[in-house]
Amino acid sequence: MDLNPLTNEDVADILALLDSLPYDELDLETPRFRLTLRRTPGGWTQSTQVLSVPEPVATTTVSHRGAPDHGDVTSSSSRTGAEEGGRAADGVEVADEADGDGELVAVRAPLPGTFYRAPRPGAAPFVEVGSRVEADTVIGIVETMKLMNSVPAGVAGVVAGFCVANAEFAAQGAALLRIRADQ
Amino acid sequence: VILRRVLIANRGEIAVRVMRTCRRLGIETVLAVTAADADAVPARLADKTIEITSYLDVDAVVEAAAAARADAIHPGYGFLSENPRLALACEAAGIVFIGPGADVLEAAGDKLAARGHAVAAGLPVLPGGLADPAGEGGAGAEALAGRIGYPVLVKAAGGGGGRGLRVVRDPADLAGAVAVGSAEAKAAFADPRVYLERYVSPARHVEVQLLGDGENVIHLGDRDCSVQRRYQKLIEEAPAPLLGDALRDGLRNAAVALGEHLRYRGAGTVEFLVDAARDAFYFLEVNARIQVEHPVTEAITGLDLVEEQIAIAERRPLRVRQQDVTFTGHAIECRLNAEDPAKDFLPSPGTITGAVFPAGATGAGLRVDTHVQAGSMVPPHYDSLLAKVIAHGAGRGEALERLEDALGRCAIDGVVTNLDMHRKLLADPEFEAGGVDTGYLTRWLSGAGHG
Repeated sequence: MDLNPLTNEDVADILALLDSLPYDELDLETPRFRLTLRRTPGGWTQSTQVLSVPEPVATTTVSHRGAPDHGDVTSSSSRTGAEEGGRAADGVEVADEADGDGELVAVRAPLPGTFYRAPRPGAAPFVEVGSRVEADTVIGIVETMKLMNSVPAGVAGVVAGFCVANAEFAAQGAALLRIRADQ
Repeated sequence: VILRRVLIANRGEIAVRVMRTCRRLGIETVLAVTAADADAVPARLADKTIEITSYLDVDAVVEAAAAARADAIHPGYGFLSENPRLALACEAAGIVFIGPGADVLEAAGDKLAARGHAVAAGLPVLPGGLADPAGEGGAGAEALAGRIGYPVLVKAAGGGGGRGLRVVRDPADLAGAVAVGSAEAKAAFADPRVYLERYVSPARHVEVQLLGDGENVIHLGDRDCSVQRRYQKLIEEAPAPLLGDALRDGLRNAAVALGEHLRYRGAGTVEFLVDAARDAFYFLEVNARIQVEHPVTEAITGLDLVEEQIAIAERRPLRVRQQDVTFTGHAIECRLNAEDPAKDFLPSPGTITGAVFPAGATGAGLRVDTHVQAGSMVPPHYDSLLAKVIAHGAGRGEALERLEDALGRCAIDGVVTNLDMHRKLLADPEFEAGGVDTGYLTRWLSGAGHG
């Protein structure tokens, strides 16, 4: 590892000193970093922690578009799968509690990530409020670290309402939508 | 031009990597960070940070550079690194873009245009061409695929990274694959064009590193990146093992010829598909940026590619002549990712509770490029690369041995990683023998070799 303020050469120099000494561990801490070197049967290991605090140039956020990005691609425009697809249906729809009498079951995000309601721009959303779903019906996509994860309903019933809007971030386990489960 | 302050418009290990060279050269660094990265290790290491909402926002990045009074922007890899709009916006703002000019980025970014340039420069390309989905019922594409011969590969003209790529073995599946590939390409790259090429299997992925100053172009040897899964590279090495001299020289000369044809300025890579059984190679694409796997080339050449990028951006002529480039030994890199090989490589974001890496004396041939430490958050918004472990030895055997030792001394806790998979892979006799093809990893994962 070559984290400033210590370079690889610094660590190598410290190791050279240590090698001639009977010690098996060195723990060095300054206000800026902490370095732990340990002698193991396979050789030396290191763990470094940079303790210094980031120093911002300006307090204002530089931004033109509001949307956070979701990953690593070369094109900056129109890159997220369902950005346009679900736009018309954007906003959180509230479940109508009076409608029907089945149990409301939340479909939760399997991973933290960005929730998309449609498979790609221009495509119809997977489901709408009132859509009939089976346990294996895909209700949306959660994009985590460049990977698209399909989310199945998990239960048969009717979509009662969305808890997370299209292209919004969902924490792991957050309710994405609720389904009025079949009796 | 002399660069004194550089804005780094990237994150993760490459941000740390670029900072290290800047610091050595006495160049101040300002790191553009999103809220998720504001307290990450790269932000702590930068001289200054400036917050932006997105690494993909050209205007925000240029404005941040201006606000920080940076002379130049280093885009790293991914994000905006090959975006001609950023190069143009920099020019308009009087900021140096550390990378090729917009014209070269356009030529390289459009895979069909790049293919045309490769043909013009005399490089062999696979039989193929534009699939015209407007043709009635995809008849145009079907006729083309018929001429190419099945299986064919459907590829996105607008970009790489595996998006929009599809293998079609049966003519009946072609129209559907073209339609879906085109929709995917439109979503990912805002460009629905797809093209067809002959699918060659087994094949190896070999690439050649270039440096150019707009007049002269040299190569820094080849790398083999055949250990891939869904077009994502996991292990890279330099030089490519078990290539005949004629084939290796052919690859290197072809890459330089294309670089000269493009009047290439900056660091770049020409990727090739190698049909080892027939001793043939074909142009794949140009990557007009620093690549993730550049450290293996640095290990065997002793050059610092980021330093050369900066010198070229300062409009200096190449500081190294081809005859000065020497290759010493062999280097291999493993990418440690926060993903779970046992669960189909499910991403594993979270908080790192411990990060231990090997420490080596000078000359031990070890290098670790990372941006994580105990307490680091691995946010779900970005890719899963945690660290690259690189070993250099006198030969491939020694490099492999050193890498195995190095991985044995790595421990990352708090998130699931592919560390164990790498350790098993390095011990696999087929990988040890060298020269595996791009299908190797998928076969190994499905086979008994995998725990």
